Amino acid sequence: MCTGRIEPEFIIKAFKSGADGVLILGCHPGDCHYKEGNYKALRRFHLLRKVLIQFGIEEERLKLDWVSASEADKFVNVVNEMVETVKKLGPLKKESFVA
Amino acid sequence: MPKPKVAFYWCASCGGCEEAVVDLAEDILKVVEAVEFVLWPVAMDFKIKDIESINDGEIAVSFINGAIRTSEQEHIAKLLRRKSQLIVAFGSCAHLGGTPGLANFTDRKKIFDWVYLKAPSVINPEGTIPLQKTTTIHGELTLPEFYNSVFTVDQFIETDYYLPGCAPPPDLIIKAIEAILYRNLPEKGTVLAPDKALCDSCNRRDSKPEKSVIKEIKRVHEVLIDPEKCFLDQGIICLGPATRDGCGQRCINANMPCRGCFGPTSRVQDQGAKFLSALASIIDINNEEEIKKIIDSIADPAGIFYYYALPASMLRRRI
Repeated sequence: MCTGRIEPEFIIKAFKSGADGVLILGCHPGDCHYKEGNYKALRRFHLLRKVLIQFGIEEERLKLDWVSASEADKFVNVVNEMVETVKKLGPLKKESFVA
Repeated sequence: MPKPKVAFYWCASCGGCEEAVVDLAEDILKVVEAVEFVLWPVAMDFKIKDIESINDGEIAVSFINGAIRTSEQEHIAKLLRRKSQLIVAFGSCAHLGGTPGLANFTDRKKIFDWVYLKAPSVINPEGTIPLQKTTTIHGELTLPEFYNSVFTVDQFIETDYYLPGCAPPPDLIIKAIEAILYRNLPEKGTVLAPDKALCDSCNRRDSKPEKSVIKEIKRVHEVLIDPEKCFLDQGIICLGPATRDGCGQRCINANMPCRGCFGPTSRVQDQGAKFLSALASIIDINNEEEIKKIIDSIADPAGIFYYYALPASMLRRRI
């Protein structure tokens, strides 16, 4: 899916459904088939991160990076880093969302 | 034939919804003629025991305004549900949590600390805070429980219809009452207002930007607002794109941007997230550092995007 199609609602739903972190990986800026899908994603990402902080969700739990289909090594590194970050943060206290 | 019984109750609300009923002007006489009020605390003297003595299902419709924040409000909402054929969540607070719902960004302890201990106007050397039970020489006194969160009415009871707005406008109220009296109601769970975005009928619509236009975000007090031009096109946050139509554009006509009191359309789950998406789309900046700068210039984004609908949103509250 184009990162420009990722609704903030999808990300919030992921957190609500139990995700401890959400990683968005998109095509590099300038490489977008739709010209500016990834720029829209970049703006939504930064705005959503700010909003999530107000909801008490640490900003590190949401990450955006650019990885093209031919960058296997980068993909592995970015995923490993994200897993490390989330492990350090521990589970999201989801029970506090309700009531 | 006996007149249909109607109850009108307020929970965590400001009284504006009661005012909206009075705003029906002469039309209120038609309503009073057609129905029998069995509960309306703001206007008439009824007691809860009067409601308790009514048979289950005997009230034709109960209009509940205000969010639910205390155990007493929950109790009465449940009582009215049992006694009524229809429940209408009346106004933004009952429907979505409303502005009292913004308290879900904080919690009970912080609220009590501020209101009873820390606010500059408070003199409370003994640090007294309200208790649910207090024993005095006259016996035990009780207060309802103040919940940690603010809730919508439908988070406690089955809700048949929603009349949106802060407060709902008279034309929608009259339409809803007529639909109930003549049994001409849409599918259960419907919000009794048009199901399209406010921008659709906005008279500034022609100047609405189709693509990225915003280079700077400004607050209403920082600029002279052009009364003809789309607010978003002027860099002023207006929740119109993520808000349901039907309010009669009372704010827009007063040259103030929409704050979303009608909630989202039926296709949207989370009004704040949807607006966030729309706003980010029309910012005309691609450089990451500059994106961060413009986003930092938005004071309290979650508070604006979830102005009326935090308790009804997907996350409901701050962790």
